[in-house]
Amino acid sequence: MLRLLARRLALGVLTVILVSVIIFAGVEVLPGDACTAYLERDAEGPILEACQERLGLDRPAYIRYFEWIGAAVSGDLGMSVGGNQSVAELVGDRLANSLILAAAAIVTGVPLAIFLGAVTGLWRDRPIDLVVSTTAIFAMTVPEFVTATVLILIFSVWLGLLPGIVLTPPDAPVAEFFPEILLPVIVLAMVMTAHILRMVRSSVISVMSGEYVQMAVLKGVPYWQIVFRHAIPNALLPAINVVALTIAWLLGGVVVIEVVFNYPGLGRMMVDSIADQDLPTVQAIALIVATVYVGVNLAADILTMFANPRLRTQLMR
Amino acid sequence: MNNSPLLQIDRISIGFRASTGQILPVLRDVSLQLSRGQSLGIVGESGSGKSTVVLAAMGFLKHGLQLISGSVSFDGNNMFELSGKELEKLRGGKIALIPQNSGQSLTPSLKIGTQLTEVLKLHTGLSNDQYMDRIIELLGLVRLPDPEAIAKRYPHELSGGQQQRAAIAMALAGDADVLLLDEPTTGLDVTTQAHILELLRDLSIERNMAMAYVSHDLGAIARVCDNVMVMYAGEAILEGSTRQVLTSPFHPYARGLLASIPKLNDPRLPVALDGRPPAPGLAGEGCAFVSRCAIASDRCHREHPEMQATPGGTLRCHHYKDSERISITGTGAQPARAQATDQMSLVLDSLSISYHIPSFFDSLFGAKQEIPNTVDDISVKVTKGETLGLVGESGSGKSTILKTVAGLLPLRSGSVKTGDGKELPPRVEHRESRQLQSIQLIFQNPDESLNPRHTVAQILGQPLGLYFGLRGKEGEARSIEILRRVRLGGHYMDRLPSQLSGGEKQRVAIARAFAANPELVLCDEITSALDVSVQAAVIDLLNELKKEHGTNFIFVSHDLAVVRALSDRVAVLYQGRLCEIGPSDQVYALPSHPYTEVLLGAVLEPDPDVAPKLLAEDVVELSPPARGCPFQRRCPRRLGSVCDNQEPPWQQSEDRHFIRCHIPIEELHGAQVEDAA
Repeated sequence: MLRLLARRLALGVLTVILVSVIIFAGVEVLPGDACTAYLERDAEGPILEACQERLGLDRPAYIRYFEWIGAAVSGDLGMSVGGNQSVAELVGDRLANSLILAAAAIVTGVPLAIFLGAVTGLWRDRPIDLVVSTTAIFAMTVPEFVTATVLILIFSVWLGLLPGIVLTPPDAPVAEFFPEILLPVIVLAMVMTAHILRMVRSSVISVMSGEYVQMAVLKGVPYWQIVFRHAIPNALLPAINVVALTIAWLLGGVVVIEVVFNYPGLGRMMVDSIADQDLPTVQAIALIVATVYVGVNLAADILTMFANPRLRTQLMR
Repeated sequence: MNNSPLLQIDRISIGFRASTGQILPVLRDVSLQLSRGQSLGIVGESGSGKSTVVLAAMGFLKHGLQLISGSVSFDGNNMFELSGKELEKLRGGKIALIPQNSGQSLTPSLKIGTQLTEVLKLHTGLSNDQYMDRIIELLGLVRLPDPEAIAKRYPHELSGGQQQRAAIAMALAGDADVLLLDEPTTGLDVTTQAHILELLRDLSIERNMAMAYVSHDLGAIARVCDNVMVMYAGEAILEGSTRQVLTSPFHPYARGLLASIPKLNDPRLPVALDGRPPAPGLAGEGCAFVSRCAIASDRCHREHPEMQATPGGTLRCHHYKDSERISITGTGAQPARAQATDQMSLVLDSLSISYHIPSFFDSLFGAKQEIPNTVDDISVKVTKGETLGLVGESGSGKSTILKTVAGLLPLRSGSVKTGDGKELPPRVEHRESRQLQSIQLIFQNPDESLNPRHTVAQILGQPLGLYFGLRGKEGEARSIEILRRVRLGGHYMDRLPSQLSGGEKQRVAIARAFAANPELVLCDEITSALDVSVQAAVIDLLNELKKEHGTNFIFVSHDLAVVRALSDRVAVLYQGRLCEIGPSDQVYALPSHPYTEVLLGAVLEPDPDVAPKLLAEDVVELSPPARGCPFQRRCPRRLGSVCDNQEPPWQQSEDRHFIRCHIPIEELHGAQVEDAA
């Protein structure tokens, strides 16, 4: 049991280490470095060399990698090139904002998706299924920025109910993002609900037509007891991983949404830092996103193991 | 005792709406009656509507089916007019079902005890604190070891036989008056099946229940039923006492069915029943069986026979008086036997296989566990033209050995050599084209082994193109020739697997193997998924191919009679270890190894007078013992500690007949003759 957890954890750490190497190498092969970005047009000859020497950029890549990763583990992500501010501080605020956005989308989206998935699965091919499923396909296929723009048009321009863009500064307390955060949350929740709901729907359909549900009917078990005891718990198992992927996608920074709504999250910061050639920040964000991705998927796998009696008993052995 | 029927099905017809809008019947005018203490067997091939009948008895129709006419009355209730609430009260209570596949029918996320509690809550007046006692009582009743522990387990933690017993306990939990059984032992090992049938027989007598037992297995029916109803193409065509129906039925179909069953004590091949039943809605005006009947007349084409009372039971046939012209004993071809030769075709040299492959992390953490090999120390020489049968219960390693020979599973030690003494690379990726071509594998289920999007022409074209470079016209001509050899015509070339019947699909799979012109064909339970009449045709086909081409077969099956019909030699395996190997006639005539004796004793014959001999418990062992004889824990002739600690020696009985046991052969023979007397 512990061994298996340790094994999965070790694999996760290994993945993050590999990703960090790739990030570092990727940034390394880009033309230019922190000094060329900082000095801009002056980046030439002795000035550049002096700068590189001051920042230690003249040393071999592997030494700088270990320095970077060592510092990152202790929470020091270096200094931002432009503002001479600590990357950890900058990124910290943005990460918190992204987490708030993601959490709000998850809290609304996941229960809604499971509920609608079960409803459409149980009333398959009835009017309610057709309406919800068609809407879901729309939500999945129409690009988020189109949905976002349409919602801004309806709710802020025409109805004037909600603000269309976020003007709150990144380091403001959570409460101040309300009600500006509502529209981005709605768009994100729509997309993720659509994905998860379709998975839950097909899973419910296959479980409900399965042999053990038929057996429960022939045992005289009342319909709703069959749904809640026999069908739903088994139908949700395959949904766990889809939920995890969706959550990872959310936390990984939803660039388009953040840009459309001017939301000060990680994704927008990533785009801005790339434009500014702020390499330490780019590296830091990429590393955080990768860690979150690995972490969420690991959590989902472990949850699946505990939720599925088949896997759980294997673990306990 | 009240003797009016408890369950009365009166002329029900059930059908589905086809895409054309017509309602096509899958069940036509079926009637049956069942009183307390009676047991009725319902037999028929797949698609005959036998399961639909028992489900209809509970007022249940599968998705897409509808009641066309007729009624089902159970204990005074019209099952198709009751409300949902009233049905819930009866189902699982007074009328209960034991499903075919308990592994699939028990909810995987609920413990056995929880699922039993559910029934007790719904159908008995017991109070909360009485549930556990009753559950333990029920699980003990179906002879599950350690009921307390079983109640706390999830379905997947039980073996197939234990799951089936748990399902029986669930059906008994509501104090059923009528027990409906839908192929309850299909898919179980012979030993397990025999034990479960004995249990059902005892229970029905003890509790004076009525039972309707659906099965395609006449051997099982013979053990538990007083009366039998034979179904064909959605109709009941014969109903009578079990003895009458199984020994001298008057209906041509029932006679054909009996003739197509391979028999353990008769080495002759079974007789195939050609053709197949009409699809729903295509039965025409006359008798549904007319196209396959040997004694059909013009009248049979024109006039649909009604059920009529005859001295041999109620039946549907115009010419039942002439039916005796159809033989019911195996008068099929003599099995082809290979000539004795010293030329080898395949040599397995102390082959050991383990499923436990140390992973990267195991070696990283230095975990070292001594797990006994799944298959251990198998040495067999297959001579040219010979067919070797592998038998044993599930988990005996028979399929594992086949997969290793085919290169699909890695071996742990030992080697697989071809006839010329060359070692075959253990993994299929490392084998040369020539070696790949010479060994072909046929799988159990053609639905899964044939690509559903490939036509028969594409399926056969692949090996022809790959091994012989035959493409285009040449390849096509060769494909048609091969199709003819498996008795399918050239007009099958453009069909997709979904447009073929089960038997035809398996023939295409056999044709694909033969397209490679192999020296050795590995057959993994290839007749298990087929109906008996179709199975007989496939057995006949393999026999012909063997005669014509001298191909070697390794034939794996859990059906001992099928293995006997095809094999020159039989190897008996237990827990991946060889117990006995010898010419099949000798092994079957006088089994020497105690395990062979147990296996053969448990086989059910379609004869109400032959009871199986249950010599050992049907416990499933998860892994072989670390030392001594693999069969030590279940052996009815166990000697003592010598069996537990020492590997039994090989003893030679007669020429090429070997057994591996501590008891001297003469003693074994003597004891068996004594027991038989």
